[in-house]
Amino acid sequence: MPLRAKVASSVSRTAAALSRAAGRGDGSVIGGWIGLKIDPDLLAHLASGRAIALVSGTNGKTTTTRLTAAAVGVLGQVATNSFGANMPTGHTSALAKAGSTPYAVLEVDEHYLAQVLEATEPRVVALLNLSRDQLDRAKEVAMMAQLWRAALVRHPSVRVVANADDPMVVWAATPPATRSPQLAPMAVTWFSAGQRWHDDSWVCPECGAPIERMADQWWCTGCWLRRPEPQWVVEDDGVVDPAGDWHKVVLQLPGRVNLGNAATALAVAAEFGVRPTDAVSRLGGVASVAGRYAQVVKDGRTIRLLLAKNPASWLEAFDMAEEAPTLLSINARDPDGLDTSWLFDVDFAPLRGRQVLITGDRAYDLAVRLDVNGVPFQHVRTFTEAITGVPPGRLEVIANYTAFQDIRAELDRVN
Amino acid sequence: MSTEPAYRMPGQGGGESSLRIVWIYPDLLSTYGDRGNMLILERRARLRGMPVECIEVRSDQRLPVSADIYLLGGGEDGPQALGAQRLIADGGLRRAAEQGSVVFAVCAGYQLLGGSFFAKGTKCAGLDLLDLHSDRGPSRAVGELAGAIDPRLGLPPLSGFENHGGRTHLGPGVSALARVSTGIGNDGSTEGAWRGKLLGTYSHGPALARNPALADLLLRWATGWQQLPPLDDTWADRLRAERSAALAAVRQ
Ligand SMILES: [Zn+2]
Repeated sequence: MPLRAKVASSVSRTAAALSRAAGRGDGSVIGGWIGLKIDPDLLAHLASGRAIALVSGTNGKTTTTRLTAAAVGVLGQVATNSFGANMPTGHTSALAKAGSTPYAVLEVDEHYLAQVLEATEPRVVALLNLSRDQLDRAKEVAMMAQLWRAALVRHPSVRVVANADDPMVVWAATPPATRSPQLAPMAVTWFSAGQRWHDDSWVCPECGAPIERMADQWWCTGCWLRRPEPQWVVEDDGVVDPAGDWHKVVLQLPGRVNLGNAATALAVAAEFGVRPTDAVSRLGGVASVAGRYAQVVKDGRTIRLLLAKNPASWLEAFDMAEEAPTLLSINARDPDGLDTSWLFDVDFAPLRGRQVLITGDRAYDLAVRLDVNGVPFQHVRTFTEAITGVPPGRLEVIANYTAFQDIRAELDRVN
Repeated sequence: MSTEPAYRMPGQGGGESSLRIVWIYPDLLSTYGDRGNMLILERRARLRGMPVECIEVRSDQRLPVSADIYLLGGGEDGPQALGAQRLIADGGLRRAAEQGSVVFAVCAGYQLLGGSFFAKGTKCAGLDLLDLHSDRGPSRAVGELAGAIDPRLGLPPLSGFENHGGRTHLGPGVSALARVSTGIGNDGSTEGAWRGKLLGTYSHGPALARNPALADLLLRWATGWQQLPPLDDTWADRLRAERSAALAAVRQ
């Protein structure tokens, strides 16, 4: 490592420690930010010599990163950005903090994938899904897919592990038909993690024709784009590997969504030579991810926190939540996006029949939505009021980003 | 959607006696919860005992011309341009409008009711149903949108959220929907437009969630009823009050 990078790395570590000591967050962003100021190539220096996997997508990337790091951990020390700081500053902090490790598994914000690919020269990139998120500032879904595709074409030697169920991801991971002759075709391993959300992929990104669906299959009615045959598939409560062997997966994380995330983690780890039989037991060790899925017992209520940031992840949260009283909390502060229109992209009907409580800065937006949806609910001002409003037993909490943080703070629980 | 079918095909249920609501091209123009406008109209009609038939027409399907209300949603530049081309080629919306059907259009859908609009830097022909044209503004208009509605429509103030890069210039053949007090709307002073039973707004996504009286106006236009039985709008009223208090707090 050049001297300048060494200095930057050590300053980055110190700043992170200072930031933690000063009580300003966990230091995962501030340290990297200072480090990158000193040496813009710091991330590249810190990455070199490590076998790296990047995990990107709109939803599930924090959890999948955590599961993948656990699986790759079979081989040795793994550096990872486990606090969800998923931009280059966060990667720089995570790698600097971890010191020298043979492996790294990094969650990457989908907007930064091209940049981080360039800086870290990873061995594997996992592409989970693309859907609408933070409408008032995020890039259009088709444009994101285009950026991914262009970035992957520039890195043909990277192994791609991608979701066969998402047409946008498949298109991004499939190089253009008229690619230049010096580019080798990309190597892609397909997994099937299911896709509940279809509303961002009715139109083919290649030709504009409608995409048809039947059962698990989908195909473009106008061109070659169709669902590839996946090598890794969720089946019952386990995962089938490319050899056709089925592995039982016992997770502490709820829902079929997380079984899909586990399949992805096993597929990525396999690219490093990890056998699924060696990795499955490690996946079961993951109990909560940055506070998500965490269970807290308070006043006789077993409270579980689920984060849902956008329409696709709300559908997943309904799948994960048990049939129990459910509190929904919605804010529209900066990190959430200021626009609440997306509430009408979510069908709340799965909550009918449960006791539903609502709270948060924008509870009234949610109230109008639930009213139109025919879902009875009760509005509460505070989290405490919600706890006393439900019988002892399980309380599921589904909240968007800052609402989730608020409730976590109220439960005084740190990851 | 997990339980609601993505597309309901024409001819399913309903019949001549029901209120027919057509959502135009949800595969192209549905970016910001636009389904909400259809769901809200459907619910408010049903609560008044009207039978309702909702029809979602994909961009590769013909538009039925005999429906009562047509809805156009928001969309990105590419889908907006494609949507306009297909609607012009289809010709059904023009015929329906000429026969007196109600058209309610939001954001990108609003722009394409005019003579022209800009998408991906190119000037595109619109349906020319409203005397207006749109071009690009100096910056994106993102945020709360509010203002007093044209008094002839007899509605409480508009409350909404906008997110668009376009600016819209009204010709003499249309009236502005509202005077802007917060936000940009058409050009920073007026917002939306209407003529006859055609109405467009930049209040995007489910504009009717925050403006139930506007939903009822569309239902009155569609049915010809002078008055509709009142509904319990407690939550919408609270939402409107909360939004208006939030705007007042910012202005302080
Ligand atoms: Zn195609």
